[in-house]
Amino acid sequence: MTDLALRVEQLSKRYELGTREPYYALRDSITRWVRKPFQKQTTNINAQNPHVWALKDLSFDIPVGEAVGILGHNGAGKSTLLKILSRVTEPTSGKATLFGRVGSLLEVGTGFHPELTGRENIFINGSILGMSQTEIRARFDEIVAFAEIERFLDTPVKRYSSGMYMRLAFSVAAHLQPEILLVDELLAVGDAAFQKKCLNRMGDVSRSGRTVLFVSHQMTAMKNLCERGLYIEQGELAYEGTIDEAINRYLDSSQPIQQINISEREDRRGSGIVRFEELKITGPNGSERIAAGDELTFTFRYSSRDEHPRRLRFLVGIYDPLDTSLFRLDSDKTAELDGTLPPSGTITCRTGKLNLTAGSCYINIAVLAEGQIADHLSHAAEIDIQPADFYQSGRCFERAETLFLLEQKWSHDAH
Amino acid sequence: MTTTPEQSWTSPPTETPNRQPIEIGPSSRWSLVDWQELWRFRELLGMLVVRDLKVRYKQTVLGLLWTIIQPVALMTVFTLFLGRYIQPADSQIPYAVFVLTGLVLWQFFARALTEASTSLVVNERVVTKVYFPRVLAPTAVILAGLPDFLIACLILLLFLIGFGVWPGLAILSAPLFVLQTFVAALGVGLWLSALDVNYRDVRYTLSFLTQLWMFASPIVYPAQVVAEKWGVAGTLLYGLNPMSGAIEGFRWAVCGTGSFPITLVIISAIVSALLFITGLYYFQQMQRTLADHL
Repeated sequence: MTDLALRVEQLSKRYELGTREPYYALRDSITRWVRKPFQKQTTNINAQNPHVWALKDLSFDIPVGEAVGILGHNGAGKSTLLKILSRVTEPTSGKATLFGRVGSLLEVGTGFHPELTGRENIFINGSILGMSQTEIRARFDEIVAFAEIERFLDTPVKRYSSGMYMRLAFSVAAHLQPEILLVDELLAVGDAAFQKKCLNRMGDVSRSGRTVLFVSHQMTAMKNLCERGLYIEQGELAYEGTIDEAINRYLDSSQPIQQINISEREDRRGSGIVRFEELKITGPNGSERIAAGDELTFTFRYSSRDEHPRRLRFLVGIYDPLDTSLFRLDSDKTAELDGTLPPSGTITCRTGKLNLTAGSCYINIAVLAEGQIADHLSHAAEIDIQPADFYQSGRCFERAETLFLLEQKWSHDAH
Repeated sequence: MTTTPEQSWTSPPTETPNRQPIEIGPSSRWSLVDWQELWRFRELLGMLVVRDLKVRYKQTVLGLLWTIIQPVALMTVFTLFLGRYIQPADSQIPYAVFVLTGLVLWQFFARALTEASTSLVVNERVVTKVYFPRVLAPTAVILAGLPDFLIACLILLLFLIGFGVWPGLAILSAPLFVLQTFVAALGVGLWLSALDVNYRDVRYTLSFLTQLWMFASPIVYPAQVVAEKWGVAGTLLYGLNPMSGAIEGFRWAVCGTGSFPITLVIISAIVSALLFITGLYYFQQMQRTLADHL
């Protein structure tokens, strides 16, 4: 029998819906307590506040040395699972047993203090991540060399460029030597070259005999790094098996467009003369699945306080997760939709091929009336662009390599 | 094969993996502190203290001078305005020394409370991402106040010598009262830091609370005033303030005169211990779901 690295038994985590609020005021608690001094506390936990189960009866075993990818949509419970395993929060019920030292990379640079120098931060951050002073001293030179910050070792990190900061932070984390490594999406930070560097490192780790639990949205990376996959759906284990099958399950269940019901959103900017009521983004043939190279259709429903709203100008901004503006759709630039529109109606915009690599991007929308912002919604929707066979070759670029896809033809001339 | 720095990460695990497995589950309501675990994390405690000290002195121009200016300035103010009206219990001690003795210990306590109460919220990024016994956060900031306290003690010593007050053998017991102050500060600090996570009004009331508390402690007046006015019952009640016993005891130890305030010291010591135990218990309950609340 192979040795177990990790055993999870019926792990559940319940969140009271109230507890995620920023804070309570002490006086509220006191008044509540004063009002019902004689009321007995109910023992039935379900009868209390509204709650959600972030994880429900999750059970699985992971043998020593295996690299496992955890897949699931946002809110499925992946991060909660990693948080419980790294002991940041406690489960509500169930048990997890870890056979060996655990290192968790839920974030790099944890505990970095801007006023302290690189050298001081290496020691403090390493210590927080669970390394002993002896270990840090033994690997100090390696950490510094890997981060390429020798010259700035005694400079406060607040003077570092963000690249240097990330390199140092990652380098400290990379020299942690746990038996079980938990990794969250952290690798999706920094520039493309840095991401690639991190991914390579992860590859080495998963081949080195360590047990790795890896949460990511980058399917290709998961495919390369992991042999096994767990697919979690609404806090429950929906599939356990090969990584390829887990990815298939994940993709099949994908709702690539996550749109919040925008009519209920209150965080708007603008005069409110015109208001967005509904936004729909669809791929070819009205499908909700959007893949690299698809043509998109944006459909807005709007309403206006004005009888004859004049000179309406609709704008759509498409951004990558790092807030870089990728594309802009603007009814003014194409000189369409000129003139007066009815007080309510539907606007449609069709685009050309969405030449983006697989990954997520998000949408801001705005409408201007006579040059003034009438309604503006940031993060109106998020699109998870699925990988596609863009070049009809079975191969395609990844996000880490490029954001955009350019159609290309290669040939050679014989001379 | 090239030897690149990244090899350390890819080399097989060096430590024996057959350590005692770590079990994660909902902890029982009655679980108290895991002392063995705390011992294992002692290095981290040291690092947190060092971090706090370094950061504190890097961000100030005057640095250490602050720890001297504050008690001396307050001492001057109190001596000028109150020195005429309040006669120290033992007339051999000048009022300035009397006040300074109280202030030195009080400032250690007050600073400990302020820093400890926000220690979890300030370290939010660490607390929500990495595990360590949370008790270390308030403990570290309180320990980081000790160097300041020791420097203030040196100033006190200078004043004692300057005013010709010679401490006797009783000074050897002074560390006991410092320890009591530490325990009381940690107890209240644990309560406040855990409360601060859920109730952010804690921080708004804290400066008000410490001000009131200061005048409820025998700093600018001797505890004897309370005994003279309200008798034994008054003294017993007064002892419920852990700082009244600590400051009176400390003053007795340092100035080496007067009678030992036994009633106050005993009651205050018991209250300090109770605050510490209940604080630890409440904190422990809080720690389980801390990260969900921050």
